[in-house]
Amino acid sequence: MNVTQLSAFVANKPGHLQRVLKVLADENINIITLTIAETSDFGILRMIVNDPEKGYRVLKENNITCSTTDVLAIEIDDRPGSLYKALDAFAKMNLNIEYMYAFTEKREGKAVMIFRFEDIEAAKKALIDSGYNIVRKIDIIGENK
Amino acid sequence: MFNKEIETMPEKKMKELQLERLKWSVRHAYDNVPFYKKKFDEAGFHPDQLKSLDDMRRIPFLTKQDMRDHYPYGLFAVPLSKVVRVHASSGTTGNATVVGYTKNDIEVFSEVVARSLASYGVTEKDIIQVAYGYGLFTGGLGLHYGSEKLGALTVPISGGNTPRQLMLIKDFGTTVIACTPSYALNIADYIEKNMPDFKIEETRLRIGVFGAEPWTEAMRQEIEKRLKIDAYDIYGLSEVIGPGVSCECSEKSGLHVFEDHFYVEIIDPETGEVLPEGEKGEIVYTSLTKEAFPGIRYRSRDITRLYHDSCKCGRTLIKMEKVTGRSDDMLIIRGVNVFPSQVEAVLMEVPGIEPHYQIIVDRKGSMDDIEVMVEVNEKVFSDEIKVLNNLTKHITDRFRSILGISAKITLVEPQTIPRSEGKAVRVIDRRKLS
Repeated sequence: MNVTQLSAFVANKPGHLQRVLKVLADENINIITLTIAETSDFGILRMIVNDPEKGYRVLKENNITCSTTDVLAIEIDDRPGSLYKALDAFAKMNLNIEYMYAFTEKREGKAVMIFRFEDIEAAKKALIDSGYNIVRKIDIIGENK
Repeated sequence: MFNKEIETMPEKKMKELQLERLKWSVRHAYDNVPFYKKKFDEAGFHPDQLKSLDDMRRIPFLTKQDMRDHYPYGLFAVPLSKVVRVHASSGTTGNATVVGYTKNDIEVFSEVVARSLASYGVTEKDIIQVAYGYGLFTGGLGLHYGSEKLGALTVPISGGNTPRQLMLIKDFGTTVIACTPSYALNIADYIEKNMPDFKIEETRLRIGVFGAEPWTEAMRQEIEKRLKIDAYDIYGLSEVIGPGVSCECSEKSGLHVFEDHFYVEIIDPETGEVLPEGEKGEIVYTSLTKEAFPGIRYRSRDITRLYHDSCKCGRTLIKMEKVTGRSDDMLIIRGVNVFPSQVEAVLMEVPGIEPHYQIIVDRKGSMDDIEVMVEVNEKVFSDEIKVLNNLTKHITDRFRSILGISAKITLVEPQTIPRSEGKAVRVIDRRKLS
């Protein structure tokens, strides 16, 4: 049910992000969505890719510092105020969001967002209990890796 | 001149005085410090064999490592009840080098600083603002006692707090400031940036006494121009006594060594051979009068040249050139001694950090900046910024508490730090000092 996110450490300098992307491109790894958190010196590139295990392996082979983390992909109505409502629910359940980002494509008329919670298991349970649909890994990255 | 007899003593007479005092000092060390006895015995040297200054070269060297190995009091030659003060250099606990002073040692220390101040033209009519740090570092208390010895009005403000320094310069009518040369430039920068109405030429400030870090002729000109003062070099090291080992005079060309208290030699840092007068090499010090902490042939690692000239100031004391280099990898950052090995030791405390780092020292504006680049591996990496920020904060805090310096920690990608022939380039010093 969890989605595996691939993260990489990238210097905040011209050409460095490109180098990471080239490694993934050469290995035929597709990026489904991504976000970058940046500081003045470096950034953390976080991606949902079609094959995170392979992505992790090839980045490592190329001396790029990386890791994999479990995140949740959650369906949210694509309407004004629905993200607000979702966050309101999370806050009431005392679930802390470390960061979040969105998919570009809609899924059956709904938006899908990636959430990195402090405590993923607690978040999952609370979300299911309150009726949120957590998108399965297979629905995002497909069966055919 | 504060001590005309000594400072104008003919060379021959000075050498006689040195030999007489060396005989006492070497025996004092041998008789009272087991380390020296063992070391001299092993080298087949006995204090009775010291018949001429040339015999000095038979005595083994004292190194910083010897001092660390005998931390804290192992090299003291008098009972602790006779020691009235200690100073220590920066370093991780157990690694600091500790020096002690008897009442008489403090007297000598004050005397050489007073002589230095007098050689810059400072008199009892001056008001001296001591902006060196007071504490284990020899700069603050050293200048303080020397200034009092001279009879000048001494303002013990210590380092930092630039607005307050400027307020006192103005309100107290300060005529002399003593601090590191980089701090002097920092003061000039501060005025320019924050106090455009402050007119330094309208204060009574006329002389700057600068030391504790290497500085260049270009820096002297800049300080003199911007602060409208005469800038003089005071040199010293805690292992020998502190500031006042040697000082410039009105000529601003070379530093006179107070040879009646410190015997100096120049050696080839590779072979340890003594080099003839005039040749460049590492300067080695032997204390002639120190009681608590005699230093016999201490390898300073400072590179300079010794020479006699007929100095217009009238002093006959041997001169040394301004020190601009080191024969080891020690860095002096804002007056604090830092060895790359200490940087490494701090990094190694952090679980997961590998010894791939690089130290970049630069002088931005007027202050030394130290940046430590650390490669990020999988063990310390996280998808969360806060985890990496906490890591850099933790390392920064450790540098501050252990080494006493604020360093900028930059996390970099693996393999970013250049490795040449399998060995990483640990230090890049971009300050132009020579």
